[in-house]
Amino acid sequence: MNGWTDELTRARLHVVTGKGGTGKTTVAAALALALATGGRRVLLVEVENRQGIAQLFDRPPLPYSEERIASAPGGGEVRALAVDPEAALLEYLAMFYNLGFAGRTLKKMGAIEFATTLAPGLRDVLLTGKVKECVRRAGKTGRHEYDAVVLDAPPTGRVVRFLDVTRAMADLAKVGPIKGQSEGVVNLLHSGDTAVHLVALLEEMPVRETLDAVAELDAADLRPGAVFVNRVSPPRLPARSVASASEGRVDAGRIRAGLQAGGLDVEEEVLDGLVEQTVEHALRVRMEQRAKEKLAEADLPTVELPELTDGVDVAALYELAEVLVGRGVR
Amino acid sequence: MNRLDVDALLDNPETRVLVCCGSGGVGKTTTAAALAVRAAERGRRAVVLTIDPARRLAQSLGLGELDNQPRRVDVEGFKGELHAMMLDMRRTFDDMVWQHAGRERAEQILANPFYQTISTSFSGTQEYMAMEKLGQLVERDEWDLVVVDTPPSRSALDFLDAPQRLSTVLDGKLIRMLSAPARAGGRGIRKIVGAGFGLFTKAVSTIVGGQLLHDASTFVQAFDSMFGGFRQRAQATYELLRSPGTGFLVVAAAEPDALREASYFVERLSAERMPLTGLVANRTHPVLAPLPAPGALAAADRLERTGDAPLAAAVLRVHADRVAVADREKRLLARFTRAHPGVPLIGVPALPTDVHDLDGLHEIGRRLAGE
Repeated sequence: MNGWTDELTRARLHVVTGKGGTGKTTVAAALALALATGGRRVLLVEVENRQGIAQLFDRPPLPYSEERIASAPGGGEVRALAVDPEAALLEYLAMFYNLGFAGRTLKKMGAIEFATTLAPGLRDVLLTGKVKECVRRAGKTGRHEYDAVVLDAPPTGRVVRFLDVTRAMADLAKVGPIKGQSEGVVNLLHSGDTAVHLVALLEEMPVRETLDAVAELDAADLRPGAVFVNRVSPPRLPARSVASASEGRVDAGRIRAGLQAGGLDVEEEVLDGLVEQTVEHALRVRMEQRAKEKLAEADLPTVELPELTDGVDVAALYELAEVLVGRGVR
Repeated sequence: MNRLDVDALLDNPETRVLVCCGSGGVGKTTTAAALAVRAAERGRRAVVLTIDPARRLAQSLGLGELDNQPRRVDVEGFKGELHAMMLDMRRTFDDMVWQHAGRERAEQILANPFYQTISTSFSGTQEYMAMEKLGQLVERDEWDLVVVDTPPSRSALDFLDAPQRLSTVLDGKLIRMLSAPARAGGRGIRKIVGAGFGLFTKAVSTIVGGQLLHDASTFVQAFDSMFGGFRQRAQATYELLRSPGTGFLVVAAAEPDALREASYFVERLSAERMPLTGLVANRTHPVLAPLPAPGALAAADRLERTGDAPLAAAVLRVHADRVAVADREKRLLARFTRAHPGVPLIGVPALPTDVHDLDGLHEIGRRLAGE
């Protein structure tokens, strides 16, 4: 399947996960910009204390508040939030108990760290709880404050545990405010309002992790959204030459003649190098084709993003967002 | 550029431990395995501790089963020996508990739900157990080189902090409070926090459930007896990491994120006075044909206009792409070298295919050595 679907357009929470090194944060940021295009307001959230968003947008570390971080074409805006579990717990306690300065003292004593690092699942419930609050929050006009929320989620290996609040809650309180809150989180995450997107590269390991994650999401009754195939470079060789070149069969004589026709007379050493580079390219194209076929087993909407040889800076994010919009993302 | 001489490092009998670190997805595991293969080829008795190898790589090293012990990998033509193992963090932790607590106490700890969390999903446990296992392998003194992979941490530094973090959490004031007998503890705490604490325990027990607090308290009491032993071991491993026989290799892709993480790591190692051996710039794409890109592109344009030689045009485009990637990689690595001029560096050209057998590891070993 190619491109964005109507079903994905209806989602309000876009969870973005992927194997480490696949460019998950970059894709999440570009997706936020794409969704904000045309005048919408989008919140981009990170939860792992990495300050990846700030680095990507070349900003100082984000505080625990929703900061405007970019404008999108057509009057839209992207705000960003780095959720810190300790701050979320304190904020949460303050909603139900008047802690006053005791909150600070408890923090100093390590109580908050204890609660957020050790109590099984509590940390994830707090983080997803904050995300839910942002998704559901009403703005001044009575509509939602954010048209969409994009979550830069933990990597594929941990994402299902992170999102599976139901399982976490089995170990936590059976009653009380957090139970109520987490039920809201469960409803949101398992509804049509949420899509869990996977970022993959056309390499064996990222593809396998993507397929594993899709199976895990299905088993946990969470909804896989789109697969973003990141860093796709253009195939240069004529399709019919790929197979033979990948087996090392490249007609050097023909290349030499072709180069001469184009006005290039090269030495033996250059020709050998060009042939070797061509074989490597063909091998990579073959590997990518196999990866693509394998990825198709997931049977999910697929959106390809180009490799940017100049690296990823803020301008590149806009470029990627434009590509996404062109692929139907809205 | 100060070039990292991998063969000299591997051949030096003083090199006893090599730690491969770096952010996720840069090829740490493969690099660690390739180093061990190369060392064994060259005559060392090497063991590699991998953390979470890809299935096929694990199989190629004979790591089909998870028994948490090194296995000899039989390879013909090696002057030395190659052993490999895959970390089972839960089992390593269990073994530590059995070793440091009495039988009855150990059973109590292993059954506690808190132990289940800590030994399987507390962030930092994997790092901690990797270091513990490293300590054990060195202690056994059966190998003259131990190569260790580090977990794909959120931050490449986690494994240095993990033992400390775990003991801060378990040994913190709050835990003392929870584990102290109710009467005595209660008074002391009231003095510090005042009425807020009652509210807090109430809040916490509402949130996490009273049973959980109870479990936490029994867990900590049982765990308490082992703390001395744990701390000693963590300290010993820390000292091992700082000793002259140990070297850290920072593995990074020639990408801004990975190099940023690598820089951070280099600074941290120097702050901890840990021995940094060098940077492995993994999966680079050096240009193999000395031909300037603008000329190549102009010729490709000419050929494409006439449509005469599509293959030659494609070859030129491939070349121009490669030059662009190589230039970018060189620029990024030069920036790293300017910031850290003293750090030796080796670029490892990417293999065009995935690596999952000994031949592949051998090839990466050659590239690591700059052959």
